Amino acid sequence: MSACHDSVRRDHAPSAVVHVHRGGPLVALVGNPNCGKTALFNVLTGSRQKVANYAGVTVERKEGRYLTTAGKALRVLDLPGTYGLNPRSPDEQVTVDVLMGRARGEKRPDRVVCVVDATNLRRNLRLVLAVKRLGLPCVVALNMTDLAARRGIHVDVDKLSLELGVPVVKTVAVRKDGATALRTLLDAPAEAWRGDAAHSPVPETDAPVVTVEADHDTVQRILVSLGLDMHAPHTLSDRIDRVVLHPVIGMALLMVVLFLMFQAVFAWAEAPMGWIEAATAWVANGVTAALSDGWLRSLLVDGIIAGAGGVLVFLPQILILFFFILILEESGYLPRAAFMLDRLMGSVGLSGRSFIPLLSSFACAIPGIMAARTIASPRDRLVTIMIAPLMTCSARLPVYALLIGAFIPKREVAGMFELQGLVLFGLYVAGVISAMGIAWLAKRLTTRGLPRPLMMELPTYHWPTPRNVAIGLWQRASIFLKRVGGIILALTVVMWFLASFPAPPAGATGPAIEYSLAGTLGRGLATIFEPIGFNWQISVALVPGMAAREVAVSALGTVYALSASGDDTAQALTPLIAHSWSLATALSLLTWFVFAPQCLSTLATVKRETGGWKMPLVMAGYLFGLAWLACFIVYHLAVAAGWG
Amino acid sequence: MFTLDRSDDFQLCRIERIHTPEHAPEWHDWLQELGFIPGEKVMLMARAQPGGDPLVVRVGSSTFALRCAEAACIEVTLLDNATGAA
Repeated sequence: MSACHDSVRRDHAPSAVVHVHRGGPLVALVGNPNCGKTALFNVLTGSRQKVANYAGVTVERKEGRYLTTAGKALRVLDLPGTYGLNPRSPDEQVTVDVLMGRARGEKRPDRVVCVVDATNLRRNLRLVLAVKRLGLPCVVALNMTDLAARRGIHVDVDKLSLELGVPVVKTVAVRKDGATALRTLLDAPAEAWRGDAAHSPVPETDAPVVTVEADHDTVQRILVSLGLDMHAPHTLSDRIDRVVLHPVIGMALLMVVLFLMFQAVFAWAEAPMGWIEAATAWVANGVTAALSDGWLRSLLVDGIIAGAGGVLVFLPQILILFFFILILEESGYLPRAAFMLDRLMGSVGLSGRSFIPLLSSFACAIPGIMAARTIASPRDRLVTIMIAPLMTCSARLPVYALLIGAFIPKREVAGMFELQGLVLFGLYVAGVISAMGIAWLAKRLTTRGLPRPLMMELPTYHWPTPRNVAIGLWQRASIFLKRVGGIILALTVVMWFLASFPAPPAGATGPAIEYSLAGTLGRGLATIFEPIGFNWQISVALVPGMAAREVAVSALGTVYALSASGDDTAQALTPLIAHSWSLATALSLLTWFVFAPQCLSTLATVKRETGGWKMPLVMAGYLFGLAWLACFIVYHLAVAAGWG
Repeated sequence: MFTLDRSDDFQLCRIERIHTPEHAPEWHDWLQELGFIPGEKVMLMARAQPGGDPLVVRVGSSTFALRCAEAACIEVTLLDNATGAA
């Protein structure tokens, strides 16, 4: 079972407690994408959120607990954004299913809050009409009213409420006190949410099909009666787009943004990484001093503390990377990037929409693969999933950092770039180029010629709100830490066991690990990896690396700490491998991790996303083959260059 | 029949009808849900370069990126940018 699935399970357990919370009606937030729905959800529920998946599908499910001012406990569900009730993607399908009461394991909401972008009533109100017809008690949260006022859109809330036949309140989700009126409504009994249907000028029809055009006419009439029948495009966004979408300036800007991101991951993370390393060493020393020499001390120091500390140290890099991704996402820049890259992605048979899942895969392939569900075309989605592991995930950073730190000299190139940073950038590029190659191959192999849908909104630009970025970072960090705390730690302990038992026979002369299970296993694998320059220690470390790529580092730590004859097990790995590996071996191992076919968590996610074992097996097979081949070439070229 | 993908940049147009492409009949409903509805005014804002595909399209107060194939489903009448008349 993968780390990711375990963490989802664990997430499910506490959210199940919320489920059975008696007297807690379910309130669903529904709205168009980019209407500020999640921001409103964050204002209402703060840190009392549970992130899990909807049953049977891999669409992210966010539920929060909200205590009304009168002390009533509510469960708030943040449904995926949708433009209407004709689902275009699995995400939108979930929203429709939940609202209809058809979603598996999901109670039909007791109430619905339709979140509406006040700057774009024309499009947003159509969804309100469609949701209202479903017969659930509903209210409208008129969001972004501050932005609307600045653009000269003043909405008469009472009149709109009368026209729609449901209560309407103004909200400003980016302000902490921006949901006061909605909080009052959440205290009101459900009957108050039904509005006064008798006075509703919206015709209530039993006809099962009401066309979008009919709803459009109704909205048009409402807007005329409110004096809001005009377009108010966001002129500042248009001006920004003139730069951002410029074929030359915009593309240069995109490249600068991406490059800055990767330089920052290395530079900013240095200090906090130092603190974590120091703290780990301090704990290890404390335990070593407190306990007498024996297997328990060895387990604690060499297994648990070394393993957890060696992985925890890379949390700063992951947070910095996600910080950038969240800012880009919140500001509205990501879909622009997708637009600009659409042609590039199209040349290998993908759409610009694949860009966002692939960019997310730079942090971790698992959320990336799950983000691929927003791609409408099943073919594009499958190809995106298959190449997502080639994007260099943050779990590979520990391995890269270790190898680059040990083998690439720290010096400046061309007076402004760190050579180490350039090598790292090169590894990212290598992953992207391989992914493009595979996608191009898939394009050649699958029947094509039919255009694939794009239909992607370019939302108005917004300043990212610190609260939303903080909550997003917190969610990512806790997911990463759960992986560290769970499967990675468990595997480090398994590794320690493999490396410690059985004990060497009496009178043995070599280091203890030579007689252990790990030594036997490593020598067995070494025959496969010998042609690409891996020694048996590397071969051993790659085995637990199957659970999570970053484990390879702590596994190397365990293997080397135990095989070293000295007592100083906290000795840094860097000088050790710099001394005992050739540059050719290091380059070959770096290349291996560009493809890194051994992540079981990724394969399990793919199995779940594609609904079978076929695709994960295909993925594992092609990644392994590609990795071995590329390593073989790199290793032998390096040896030929005299780096062996 | 004049379709949106053939329009000049910043040329005001009015949507006449949404065509249903044979290879993707679902596009009709999808486009309508995004707001591409007969009677609405649309304008081409930009084209991705090089290649001129996809397009940036303004409909109502919203902006969408559409592929040329998608914009080709949208039949439009050119309007006078100043007066809004056909």
